[in-house]
Amino acid sequence: MLKLIGILVVVIGFLFRFNTLLVVMGAGIITGLVSGMSFNDIIEKFSEIFVQNRYMSMAIILTLPVIGVLERYGLKERVEMMIAKAKNTTASRILLVYLFIRELSAAIGLNIGGHAQTVRPLVAPMAEVAAQVRYGKLPDKVMQEIRAYAAAMENTAWFFGEDIFIATGAILLMSGFFHSVGMNVGIWDMALWGLPTATAAFLISWFRLYRLEKRLGRFGKTAQAKTEKGGANK
Amino acid sequence: MKSLVPMNDLYALIGLIVAMIAIQVALNKKHPTRWTSALFWGIFAFTFIAGDFVPPLIIGYLVIVMVILAALGRVKAPSHSEGSGKDERIHLAQRLKWKIFIPALAIPVVTVIGTLTLDRLKWGSAVLVKKEDVTLVSLGLATIIAFAIALYVTKAKMNVPFQEGSKLLQAVGWAVLLPQMLAALGGIFDKAGVGNAVSHLVKGYLPADNGFVAVVAYCVGMTLFTMVMGNAFAAFAVITGGIGLPLIVHAHGGNPAIMAALGMFSGYCGTLMTPMAANFNIVPAMLLNLDDQNAVVKKQIPTGIALFLVNMFLMYFLVYRF
Repeated sequence: MLKLIGILVVVIGFLFRFNTLLVVMGAGIITGLVSGMSFNDIIEKFSEIFVQNRYMSMAIILTLPVIGVLERYGLKERVEMMIAKAKNTTASRILLVYLFIRELSAAIGLNIGGHAQTVRPLVAPMAEVAAQVRYGKLPDKVMQEIRAYAAAMENTAWFFGEDIFIATGAILLMSGFFHSVGMNVGIWDMALWGLPTATAAFLISWFRLYRLEKRLGRFGKTAQAKTEKGGANK
Repeated sequence: MKSLVPMNDLYALIGLIVAMIAIQVALNKKHPTRWTSALFWGIFAFTFIAGDFVPPLIIGYLVIVMVILAALGRVKAPSHSEGSGKDERIHLAQRLKWKIFIPALAIPVVTVIGTLTLDRLKWGSAVLVKKEDVTLVSLGLATIIAFAIALYVTKAKMNVPFQEGSKLLQAVGWAVLLPQMLAALGGIFDKAGVGNAVSHLVKGYLPADNGFVAVVAYCVGMTLFTMVMGNAFAAFAVITGGIGLPLIVHAHGGNPAIMAALGMFSGYCGTLMTPMAANFNIVPAMLLNLDDQNAVVKKQIPTGIALFLVNMFLMYFLVYRF
């Protein structure tokens, strides 16, 4: 049970908002020490896995220079002009379309998105502008909320879409696990039984977006009422 | 089999980009944490360039230095921004029209084309790219092509991408390290046997003498352990071996394919709800300039809980029936 102390460190660290890197490193060191590893063993193991997982930082570091140039040359402004012309669109509709395309393409084995690749340069600004075209200027807090929703849609679509395709890491991992315990389980079975939950992920996200749009509407109305009142006082 | 494009080349390229950023920080006299930030990014660049041949212990101590610099608040982004003004950008957007989208769309399009083709290209006995690397190499290739198109379309000078890229990366800041750090923590947890301890705990507290409770124990175990590790894959073997197989399949005759598919989804519900899955939840919050680094997790928690319940009941109704 003493081994679980690392989990406790992480939970406390997050609760008290200590620097996350420090919490993670501390949890690793404490867990290693209580399970009998020496300090240098722990650091060595930590570093090996750190280096093996460098690919995790790849997408973000390689895409940022490209996105930097495009944003400097008016990518967001271009998105604004484009969305401003499409009067019927709404933030939730844009996020729903992205959710749909992203989940469906993931389900047939295509990885077309990513937080750095599509959400930051395209999807989030489109949704933000659509909300402002419809409801006027919204407070920064609300704009941040729309961006957070864009990231949430990306994650939900990717996690639950990907597993329906037979050649993804998750399905291969499961079938590898069954092989290792001497069982034979078909990969198509595993992929297809994922369909009901994947559909539920889409429907639940749809409902969340519907609620988001309602809230945006309320914010829009109070913002408008405020400006009207301000006008009357003058 | 030999591959013509090893991953090391890509890591060297990333290392060079980060090194350029470190140099830029060092040259910026107005930077609030000039030397410590430069050191942080310099070390990060070094781990990419030299990670494969420098002894792990040295890299490990360098990582500790990075963690300490970040924890002391010595890694900051420059406060003022010298970029273009809004008016200038609107003007540029009007001049470039839809052409500005070509590089942005090139990234996903080229990635997909690369994923579908690159591992099939061969040169004698050497493959161009190893199958397990193909997604990453395709993404790397896509960003390089998009980079070239972006410079061509915008006619930007070479210093622009580094300036702007540096600004964006510094805005993400030390959080960019988190995914790798958490993966490393997962490795330590794994070595220490934390997974087995969790699975014993769940088994001990839930009496698994009926089929429904077995499903609850397995799903709760997958979600909780994924939240701890930040990674459903790490949880899968431990919890399926410890709870799923013995209780659902062996004791109650459940269908292993259904159990595995929906069990992994229980894990993903956990991924939605944990800051430990930093590359999905924390880094995007920084990338999107959100004040609260947990903003994305908080938006995902209602979805995660609802989906967890739907998924668990689906498992109960399906796993013993088919």
